[in-house]
Amino acid sequence: METAIKTISAFAVPLVVAFILVHGYIKGVKVYEVFVEGAAEGIKTSLRILPYLIAILMAIGVFRSSGAMDILLALLKVPARLLGIPAEVTPLVLIRPLSGSGALGVLSEILNTYGPDSFAGRVAATMMGSTETIFYTITVYFGAVGIKDTRHVLPAALVADLAGVIASVVICSIIFGPS
Amino acid sequence: MINSVWLFLIISGIAVAAARGSMGDVSAGIMAGASSSVELFLGLMGIMALWTGVMRVAERAGLVETLSRVIRPVLVPIFPGVPKNHPAMGAVVMNLAANMLGLGNAATPIGINAMKELQKLNPRPSRATNAMCTFLVLNTSSVQVIPATVIGLRAAAGSSNPTEIVGTALLATTISTLAGLLAVKTLERLY
Repeated sequence: METAIKTISAFAVPLVVAFILVHGYIKGVKVYEVFVEGAAEGIKTSLRILPYLIAILMAIGVFRSSGAMDILLALLKVPARLLGIPAEVTPLVLIRPLSGSGALGVLSEILNTYGPDSFAGRVAATMMGSTETIFYTITVYFGAVGIKDTRHVLPAALVADLAGVIASVVICSIIFGPS
Repeated sequence: MINSVWLFLIISGIAVAAARGSMGDVSAGIMAGASSSVELFLGLMGIMALWTGVMRVAERAGLVETLSRVIRPVLVPIFPGVPKNHPAMGAVVMNLAANMLGLGNAATPIGINAMKELQKLNPRPSRATNAMCTFLVLNTSSVQVIPATVIGLRAAAGSSNPTEIVGTALLATTISTLAGLLAVKTLERLY
């Protein structure tokens, strides 16, 4: 299991890239030109994210340097331990369902504070890759067709979110060793 | 929501600093936060550009349609309320395929279209149908094969192996999708 996961991690990116490019070439896509065109779009997209990152990282900078983050982490220590989540990643758990750019900022701050290869860093990154901005998505999709009674969608989405959070911690403990 | 969270972070930070006498640290913290976001952005930009470039090739070659054909047989039985050949089914499948490939910009309009098609099958237009709820839960918990942004953030933070979380994220997201599916199917009887 452990080696299977590590192999997937090592092979996924090169294999997916090779597959997509060969598949595109066979289908008659001008792979080089189209790649460059897409990359230009990617630069524009990342530029669009920048103001959000500045806003979030500035706010988290204030929150952490003042000592408020330590107070929050101390408060969250007990509930986090009950769920088996490292306290350092709880801010990400809280913001992830609310805001994509917010989560991006919080994740990057966790990676820089504790190190991307620390246990907290790996759990946070796994979590970010396996959960979604549920409130925003539900609002946009149901808003588009005028649904007011959203029924069981929020509780079910929160169950999925929590399962992703706990699975991230458990899987990272197995694959990368316990915290 | 995000407005109040953002304001709370800043104001509570300043309040705590005032109580603790650590205002000098906060002053430095504001500047460090703002300038580190630009460093982060530079690290992230390369990987985002690489990935959107590769994904543009995938899109142009019709990979979303190909993947849709592959996952369709799995999805049809999950949506008993949607006739197999209704356009809603096609849009739902295509949205989930685009999500799997991480094509967020392409996925959203297809997803909204899927919602509009599902709405045509809805006898009570202001109330969500089972199919809509199932679709949204799959959408929000869905598997993304390569979490490119996360890899980019890890690389920007100086990770020795930025992609080592691909496998763990894939497994975690699969578990979250299954849990969501189980929850949505169980809860639809209660609401």
